[in-house]
Parts: sequence; C-alpha cells; structure tokens
Amino acid sequence: MQASLSLSVSNPAAIPRSGHGFESSLPFPSKPVNLRFCGLRREALGFSSTSSSSSSSSSSISAYRSNRNAARSKKVWASLGGDNGSSSSAPKSFDYDLIIIGAGVGGHGAALHAVEKGLKTAIVEGDVVGGTCVNRGCVPSKALLAVSGRMRELQNEHHLKALGLQVSAASYDRQGVADHANNLATKIRSNLTNSMKALGVDILTGFGTVLGPQKVKVGKDTVVTAKDIIIATGSVPFVPKGIEVDGKTVITSDHALKLESIPDWIAIVGSGYIGLEFSDVYTALGSEVTFVEALDQLMPGFDPEIGKLAQRVLINPRKIDYHTGVFATKITPAKDGKPVTIELIDAKTKEPKETLEVDAALIATGRAPFTNGLGLENINVATQRGFIPVDERMRVIDSNGDRVPHLFCIGDANGKMMLAHAASAQGISVVEQLTGRDHVLNHLSIPAACFTHPEISMVGLTEPQAREKAELEGFEVAVAKTSFKANTKALAENEGEGLAKLIYRPDNGEILGVHIFGLHAADLIHEASNAIALGTRIQDLKLAVHAHPTLSEVLDELFKSAKVSF
Amino acid sequence: MAHLLQTSFLPSSPCLRANPDRSSSSTSSPMVQISRRRSKTGGVVQAKIREIFMPALSSTMTEGKIVSWVKSEGEKLAKGESVVVVESDKADMDVETFYDGYLAAIMVEEGGVAAVGSAIALLAETEDEIEAARSKAAGSSSSASSSPAAASTAADPIPAEITAPPAASAPIAVTPVAKLASAVHPASDGGKRVVASPYAKKLAKELKVDLAAIAGSGPLGRIVAKDVEAAAAAPAPLAATTAAPPPAASPNVELGTVVPFTTMQGAVSRNMLESLSVPTFRVGYTITTDALDALYKKIKSKGVTMTALLAKATALALAKHPVVNSSCRDGNSFTYNSSINIAVAVAIDGGLITPVLQDADKSDIYSMSRKWKELVDKARAKQLQPHEYNTGTFTLSNLGMFGVDRFDAILPPGTGAIMAVGASQPTAVGTKDGRIGIKNQMQVNVTADHRVIYGADLAAFLQTLSKIIEDPKDLTF
Repeated sequence: MQASLSLSVSNPAAIPRSGHGFESSLPFPSKPVNLRFCGLRREALGFSSTSSSSSSSSSSISAYRSNRNAARSKKVWASLGGDNGSSSSAPKSFDYDLIIIGAGVGGHGAALHAVEKGLKTAIVEGDVVGGTCVNRGCVPSKALLAVSGRMRELQNEHHLKALGLQVSAASYDRQGVADHANNLATKIRSNLTNSMKALGVDILTGFGTVLGPQKVKVGKDTVVTAKDIIIATGSVPFVPKGIEVDGKTVITSDHALKLESIPDWIAIVGSGYIGLEFSDVYTALGSEVTFVEALDQLMPGFDPEIGKLAQRVLINPRKIDYHTGVFATKITPAKDGKPVTIELIDAKTKEPKETLEVDAALIATGRAPFTNGLGLENINVATQRGFIPVDERMRVIDSNGDRVPHLFCIGDANGKMMLAHAASAQGISVVEQLTGRDHVLNHLSIPAACFTHPEISMVGLTEPQAREKAELEGFEVAVAKTSFKANTKALAENEGEGLAKLIYRPDNGEILGVHIFGLHAADLIHEASNAIALGTRIQDLKLAVHAHPTLSEVLDELFKSAKVSF
Repeated sequence: MAHLLQTSFLPSSPCLRANPDRSSSSTSSPMVQISRRRSKTGGVVQAKIREIFMPALSSTMTEGKIVSWVKSEGEKLAKGESVVVVESDKADMDVETFYDGYLAAIMVEEGGVAAVGSAIALLAETEDEIEAARSKAAGSSSSASSSPAAASTAADPIPAEITAPPAASAPIAVTPVAKLASAVHPASDGGKRVVASPYAKKLAKELKVDLAAIAGSGPLGRIVAKDVEAAAAAPAPLAATTAAPPPAASPNVELGTVVPFTTMQGAVSRNMLESLSVPTFRVGYTITTDALDALYKKIKSKGVTMTALLAKATALALAKHPVVNSSCRDGNSFTYNSSINIAVAVAIDGGLITPVLQDADKSDIYSMSRKWKELVDKARAKQLQPHEYNTGTFTLSNLGMFGVDRFDAILPPGTGAIMAVGASQPTAVGTKDGRIGIKNQMQVNVTADHRVIYGADLAAFLQTLSKIIEDPKDLTF
C-alpha cells in the first residue's frame, strides 16, 4: 500500500454533485471495436498469476473465498495511511475496496486480480459485459479472420497443388460466417460474466459516474463508495468529421463485424491494424478493396521493413489498391442508386485530389476514448482529446497536474497503449499497487499482433525508434534477421513467406524490439515479450532449447544469429 | 490510426526508405552493381546511362528472381534508395542504388529471372536521358522478342486469299460500332475520369491495357477485372508504329536464348491458361466443297474471299442453332448472343488477332468481303479498335492454306465455340451408288464449351453447315 496511498492531495475541496449528461450518451464501455490485438486473458475461470500457483479454477475460487471473507471482516480497512490529507468528504467505511467502471477486458483483468488479492470488488457496466474486445472487436474479428484464412487456403489452387491437394470450388455462406462471429462473442461474453460471478465480483448494471473521491453513481440514483476506483471505460470507433456513417454502406468496425453485406468494392479509410485485418477478411470473401491512408505510406506504426514486406504479401498480390497522403474529407453513403462517394484532398497541400465512388466504405481511422459523462469535472480532471491523463502507475492526474487520490484509469481511456491485453495488464498493475506491492508496467514488453494471413506481431521498439534512442543515449544498435524460408515447419506448411527481426544491443545483449511477419507470428512473439519483461539477455536465450521441427525455431535461429560482444 | 500514434511505443512517422543500417555489417542491404557506360555520342554532353545488374547476394547465387520493383520507370532515385527486391536462395533482399538518377527502363519485369551480372534495368542520370535509355532498352528487348510468334495453337497465319485485290476499293461505309457494354460511367465526368475497380486497375497495369479504351460492364458502368481480361484477350492495338512489316522471324532467332514474352504473347499466354478452366470437347465433320469451290471461282473476281464465304456459311448455320452462338461467362448462366459476330484468327507480327465480322448472318457477301479486307489492313497497321477485335461470338481458324488437313483449336475464353478449318483437297470417296469418285473435301473441327453446348447441338450445327456449304446458293444473295 505504501506507494499508492501516500498521496498528497492538493485539491481536497468538496466537489458538488452535478448533473451530467451521461444518460444521453453512448452506452458505456464502448460502441467500438478494438480490432487490434486482443489478447483476452482470463476468459476462463482458472487464471494464474505470478504470485500464486493456482492452476485450476476450483483452487482459485476457494482461495478467493477465504480472501473474500477476510475482506468482509475488515470493512473499515479503508482510511489507512495515505488518507491523512485527503478529502474530508470521503467516507470512513466503504461499500467496496475497489470499484471498476467498465467491464471490458481491462476491467475484467483487474477484477479477477483484485479478488485474488482479497479485495471486495464491484464492476460497473452500462452496456454488455466484455466491452469492445469481446463484443465488437478482437473476438468477433478473429472469427471472421479464421474464416478468411481458410477461404484463402482453399482458393489458393497453386498452394494446394503444391501440397498435392485437390479441392473443388470453395464457397461460403455469408450468414453462416456472420453467425460464427456472433456466436463466438456470445460464448466469450458468458465465459467472462461467469468467471466474475463465480469469483464473487459484484456486477452493477448501469452507467457509472464519478461523483467525487471514492464515490460512484451507478445508473440513475444508486451511489456506491469504494476505497479505490478504476476507470476502464474503453473507446469507440473514431469517425472524422465530414464522414456520414449510415451503418449500411458507410460503416465502422462495429457494423462490419456483423458482416451484413459483402460489397464488391469497399474503400477502407485507414490502413492500420483494423483496416488491414478487414482487408484480409473482405478480399478473402471476394471484395476488392481500396485503402485511403492519410500518411505517405501504408501500415504506419509497423517497423518499416516489416511494413514493406507486409505490403508485398498482404496488399500487392491481392485485389487491393490504395491512395496514400490523402484525407477523406467527405464521405456520403449510397442512396437513390448512387454509389458511396469519397472526396479526397491532399494531406499536405489540402488541394482536392479525387473523388472515389465505391459500393461501401469502412471507417478504420482509429478509436476515440469513451470518457464522456464520466463525471470527471467532479474531480477536476480535464481530458486531453478525450483521454484521461495518468502517470506511469495509471494514477489519474487532475487539471493542476496533481494526482487524484484513489482514482486510476486503465485501457483505451488513458490512451497509453490501446490494446485489450495492455488494459488488462494495467489493471493488474494497479491492483498490485493497491495491495501493497509497487508495480510499474513496462509497456515495451507488451506484444501486439495483427491477425492477417500471415500474421504480424511485434514487441518493443521499431528499428527507427531504437536508433533514435541509441543516438540519444549513446549505445550501439544491431539488427539480426531470419527468414521463414529456412524453417522446416514453415516449409512443410508451404508457408515460407516471412521474416523475423531482432533489434538489440550488441554490448550487453538486451532485446530492444522483435518484429515478426509470417505464419503464426502472433503466437511466436511471446518468447520475445517475456524475455523483455523478465530482462532475459540474448546470450542466455541462445542456450535455450526449442523443439524441432517447430516455428519457434525461427526465433531460436534469430537469437542465435545475434552477435553479442561478450 | 490516430490512436496508434498516441501510443508511446509505436513510431509516429516511420521512414520507409531510410536505410538505417548500413553500418551494421551483418544486415546491410546489398547495393546494385551498376556499370557506367557513356553514350556513343561522346562530345561535350556526357549522357550517362548506367546498367543496373543483378547482384550476387550470396556466394552460391547464380541467378536471381525479381520479386518486385520498388520504383517504377521514370521515378527519381537517390543514392542508397531501394530499387528492387530480389529473391536469393535464402531470403528476399532489398537492393539499393549507388547512384542518383532516374530509373529509365526496367528490363526484367517482376517475377522475371536474370543471371547474376546481367542487366535488369537502366539508370539515366538526367531526365533528358530517359528517352535514350528507353530506346536502348527497347532495342535490346525487341531483338530478343522476335521469337516465333506462334505461341499457341490458335495462332493462325493470315489466310492467303485475303491478298487477292478486291475490285471495289471505294470507301466503305463503316458499319455501326458494335454496341459496347455500357455508356460512360455516370461518375466519370463525361469520360475524363476512369472508374475501375482495384483489381481491374492492377490487371490493366499487368497486362498493359489502357483503361480509357475499355467500356466497363460492372455496377454503374465501372470497369471490372473481366473487362480488362477481355480487352487483353484480343491483343490491344499496339501504338501505331510506322515500321514496315518486319522480316520473317526465323532468320533472326538466336538459338538457345530465353526470350521474355511480349505484351501480346503475355496476353495470349494468359488467355490460353484461362481456357483451361472451361470444359471443352470437339466434334469433327467432313464437308464436300465442290459446290463452294465452284461458287468461289465464279465470284472471286468481284472481290469475294474464301474467308468471307466461310464466315457467311458459318453465320447462316449459327442463325439456326443459337445455342452454338451462346456464351457462358460466370458458370451459372449463359447468354444467347443477340448478334452473330464471326471472329477470324489472323496471325500478325508478334502474335495473333481476331478481327470480327459483325452481324455476319445479315450482311451480304460482297460487303463482308470488303469489310474483311479493311479489317486485315487495319490489323496489320495495328489500328484495330477494340470493338473490331473483341466482340466475336464465334471464332473461325483456318490453317488450310498450309495444307493442314485437320487440327484442333483452343476455345477463346468468353465465347462458346471455335471452328478449326482444314484444307480442302481432292479425296477419293465412295458414293452411294457404289462408285468411287474424287471430290474436294475439307475437315472442320469445332471446339465448344460443354457447359452450354452439348454434342447433339454441335452435331446438328455441323450438319446444317455442311448442307449450306454443299449447296451454297444461300451465300450469295
């Protein structure tokens, strides 16, 4: 508790309750789709943590029960050490130890860890449990991508022939594909709900609003108190102005995941992870795709070398073209027999460039935090472009630059790293702090993945970032690469296209970043992310053994090819 | 994307072209070997056109495959920039240039293979030299591509009789332009803009088809992939060159060389491969041509050609068997074509083209003969318009003038049937009254798409055709 509770509160003034328009705004944790990387942790009952070895659900539940009893017995646990200077309006006894606003993946991860640590926990949800990831993001999109991957294989006669397979014309049933995505989301959502219920997390239904320090309003008039509050309200798809979304021909990922239609020609505005994954789905199902990208190159955000290779494999040979360096200033849905029109201007000169006419447009320009109606004004917190400012321990910073006591924000709402598993990791980090163990999450150890075919994954710095850092701090950077072409398992699958890239310090063997493009890249990255998280050096990894023949040998070879100078 | 940029660990503006790593020996990208040649003009202005060579990326590498050109022709290059991606035995490598300049001409296309040390592109130092470099590249590639044109079995030479001078050389009223798929795209700004789907654009680039010359058949008149394929199938009229008909190819062929396809050969190759997806079958028939030969002899002086007579006879037979004039494009339905347009395969320099006699069942034999002459002249000058070579509904291919007595044609994609016509020659035949006589006979062999045209259909069609040819009075009125 020490670090987290010894806050000095500079603005203890009682904050009046005020009406906030949250009822009118969107349902809580999202409308969105966080298509990127959703590593949904703990969707099943049993979870393991670094501190406990519980591996079966029954043992973790029983462990929890005893903890919970302990928690109940000390309800006044509350105002300990750090409260000395804090608001006098804060009650001395609380309904809960921890309230989490938003039951997405971040809130869920935090809740489970909190229960394990013996905290009495409630989670507030204004929409459906699971948030973006489960309902409108990673989970349903993975269902669609699983279909697109198989379609791709079955349509690739050349590839099948090389394997000696013969398949006659593969086709699909759109509704069947859509149902698969929907069923998966439903299943994961119920797993998530059950896991929390079974552990005794109270699920409070209604929009959550922060009324003041340690006080949350749920729905219209229920007020609950908690020693600590975590905001985990997530994000919604960002739609730039000028774009009219009708949900039929101009859509966001929310609509696209329902797969209500498969247009002949769809423009995808934004070529980041979301756009890229959808291009994979749509082209596999027979659409042609036009990317509209504001930056000068496709796939910004990836290591340039990986991006280039990915473009060669994922864009160029497919039925995709693109316009880069342009903004879509106006997008009008199709109506009265007219197609969707997209007006493009040059991103630099702002000169009108071209008008596209397509059958549909998918807006994948990123995600905006969902923080409206949270009552942040009650605690003097000003959002920055909607994001809630936090420090490296996820503690919320108010408009004077001071920490707000007992208030944390995790996940997309703080914008540090908009990934489902990052939100969960941040939540666990907060709970660690609340239960007496200081913890700062190393975001450089959080892997990210894009589930195209083949997949792209990464952890740590890109090569340009690493070189910039090296220049500043005066160390040397080296790069090692291996190709999937040399991997037996990849060749057995006839999927030799791929590259793994290691960016490291030759002087001490520290891993700065790893980027993989190739078969099952998303699963391969964890060896590298764990090494970064645990500080394992390359010279030690070189001695580790990998089963043969496996794709993991790509990383084995990668580490072995690094030249560490001692 | 915005959110991505806000995350602290993702790059805000990665710089693709930066080659960050030249210091690190283990990973530095290979540089293209470039030889420098001064132009022969010498003099004060030193035109510097350099050849870009296929680099040796490993000690064991003898040849490399061009995975992709990072730069396109005419683009400016700065020293150190990636120009091309080459596949070596281990991995794909980006290859950079040592010199500033312009990528003037690409000599080995994507997917092509070149021996280590052979030129794969030309680099011009200034923009002015691009043209010079191009012509240099063209020179070297055109000599290379003068291989035998007959890339496919359907490559038929121009029938000999068309050279017979027609009596009527007066200007001919141009037949109405065939109805093209659709008017201008409503969004195309009155034709200023071309609306084509991404794949259509990609294909057009690959097949070097000019999108502006194609009418789209997709939603709202947009150009879709099949339109481009159709345009490429009938080889595009290459830019009208004034070059005289080149000499016969055979003396110039350098034996033992590997010659890349020309655009037209590429298009033919693609079409031939595409034809493999159509289940075809063949039905042959022997037709006595004594009466036809007699007719030809009689009206030859009026400019009538044998090609026109055969086309006319075929068209009349097709009129009675519309299913043989139908076509199946999507595998789910087929179209009874509204007009009977007979395409006739003609070999031209470097390939094969199929000028079309529109509405052959309705036009009279004399104007058809004149039309045919005009089409052949245009084909030789490479000035055929797309509707003059890609609107055929039935194809004729005639190798009779070589003495070929029978052969087998490949069905052009998008049509229902093609007829291979052999030479008419005196044949000893037994007649019904028990005698043996000599009759002129020719063998025809029709290849058809069995999804829509069945054996009995073809048989009936051929029977009708043989009756028309054996009693050709209907051909001339």
